[in-house]
Amino acid sequence: MTKKIKNLNLNFGPQHPAAHGVLRLILELDGEVVEKADPHIGLLHRGTEKLIENKTYMQAVPYFDRLDYVAPMNQEHAFALAIEKILGIDVPIRAQFIRVMFCEIGRILSHILNVTTQALDVGALTPSLWGFEERETLMTFYERASGSRLHANYFRAGGVHQDLPVGLERDIAKFCETFPKVIDDLENLLTDNRIFKQRNVDIGIVTKEDALDYSFSGVMIRGSGVPWDLRKSQPYDCYDQLEFKIPVGKNGDCYDRYLCRIEEMKESVFIIKQCLAKMEKGPIKTFDGKISPPSKKEIKQSMEALIHHFKLFTEGYRVPKDEIYTAVEAPKGEFGVYLISDGSSKPYKCKIRAPGFSHLQSMDYLIKGHMLADVPAVLGSLDIVFGEVDR
Amino acid sequence: MKNLIDLEKKINSELTTKINKTRIKHNQIYIEIDKEDLIDVLLFVKTNKDSKFRQLIDITVVDYPEEVQRFKIVYLLLSHEFNQRLILSYFISEKEVISSITSIFPSANWMEREVYDMYGVNFKDHPDLRRILTDYGFEGHPLRKDFPLTGHIESRYSEEQKKVINEPVKLEQNYRNFDYESPWEGTKYIKEQVNIDDKKN
Repeated sequence: MTKKIKNLNLNFGPQHPAAHGVLRLILELDGEVVEKADPHIGLLHRGTEKLIENKTYMQAVPYFDRLDYVAPMNQEHAFALAIEKILGIDVPIRAQFIRVMFCEIGRILSHILNVTTQALDVGALTPSLWGFEERETLMTFYERASGSRLHANYFRAGGVHQDLPVGLERDIAKFCETFPKVIDDLENLLTDNRIFKQRNVDIGIVTKEDALDYSFSGVMIRGSGVPWDLRKSQPYDCYDQLEFKIPVGKNGDCYDRYLCRIEEMKESVFIIKQCLAKMEKGPIKTFDGKISPPSKKEIKQSMEALIHHFKLFTEGYRVPKDEIYTAVEAPKGEFGVYLISDGSSKPYKCKIRAPGFSHLQSMDYLIKGHMLADVPAVLGSLDIVFGEVDR
Repeated sequence: MKNLIDLEKKINSELTTKINKTRIKHNQIYIEIDKEDLIDVLLFVKTNKDSKFRQLIDITVVDYPEEVQRFKIVYLLLSHEFNQRLILSYFISEKEVISSITSIFPSANWMEREVYDMYGVNFKDHPDLRRILTDYGFEGHPLRKDFPLTGHIESRYSEEQKKVINEPVKLEQNYRNFDYESPWEGTKYIKEQVNIDDKKN
């Protein structure tokens, strides 16, 4: 008598603590080995691109916070850069430093979340408790600059919304002194940890070739040994004035990607320190009255300023007809905005290129032949946030 | 090629018959081609030792509903080797089917699914052309310009039926899209002055 063996189909999610959001992953299992993975995404689809087409350029900025909600300002940066390039306006140097500083804060925010939750997925609870305390501190910096902890809406075409409040620079500098100690503590818990290494070393290996073929970017491609970072290769804002190193992995497995993230956090602290040192008092947005709104004081005194204020917040500024793709190095990889303007005050089309989308796509390739228990480890090291995957 | 202008020349000379127009702007090279030449051009820019556009960044569509060839299909490519970006595009009409490029770039799989989902453009030889971002059983293609912003269907939990049901969208107040664009173009003498200034530049 022969026994028939059937593969088991397992639904991972849509509500699963290790799925980092709403991912429905349909796994085909042969025993405990994964034969096929079919991610079903779109459960958090909100139609961001459609909404942006119906809003003025200034009203579109908050939608970018809600993409990768772990590092909001990095997304705004890409959109602001796209508009600035079409309009051909310069950003004052202080604004550039503020933007770069907050982007690096965003990078630390994102990497802390990823590293600690990845540890949580493979069984370590303490790192997340320690890490989230630091995230809270960083989010208060966000709040002090922009007014909200998460959805900042702080970057504008031509600069930032407002100057930093008194004392914020001092407190960020203080944080830069204490934070490396926390990274060391996290490393003490994880880097040489036997269980953590057993769960991550040689899991989800990506070769250089495949990293290119699958459109990987950010840590996913650097972990495989390709030294590619848009901050270095296509510097935007003031990155060309700053010194930093690009950590690169060797084996392209989950463990190397973890190490890359840890090193990147250290580099980010270094960048923030440089920004603070180089930042001088000065304007924080472009003087062009047709693009940046006047100050409250001016509105009270000048008729022109009042008119500009009114026109900017109703009609918005017009952007000449053009087509552009701009990308920034977001914590998760290359985040790009493909913007088509038609001369009106609303974008004709705004395609958002989210790094997580192409990373998650390769799930089937990464997990094939691994055990079921490796799924959370691989998913964790991909650094998926559903806000940006589903858009 | 180190230089975008050299690259433009190279592509124009090697693929003369297949290129409609090239342009360099914002430090990127824009190429317009015909639908039929897509595979040839992509293979060339991917494998040629002077271009090496190894990475497909994204595929997207721009919808111009008033044109006959309403969809502009756009491919964004990146070359790590030479640190250059290329934007490839062509126009098709609504019913046309285009070839899938999953055999050249594996990552095109989901990107093409997204294009199909959002714009209803069909791909030939795609391994698995399903909807990706919208809900199971969704109808219509949301990013087309003639799809309303509010959508057609809304879901709610029905207390009587004890389940989530779909209904046509009911709005208490119509969606209002105010036109703030200033109709005022300036008085005659200012307009004339602007025209003179434009000519000078």
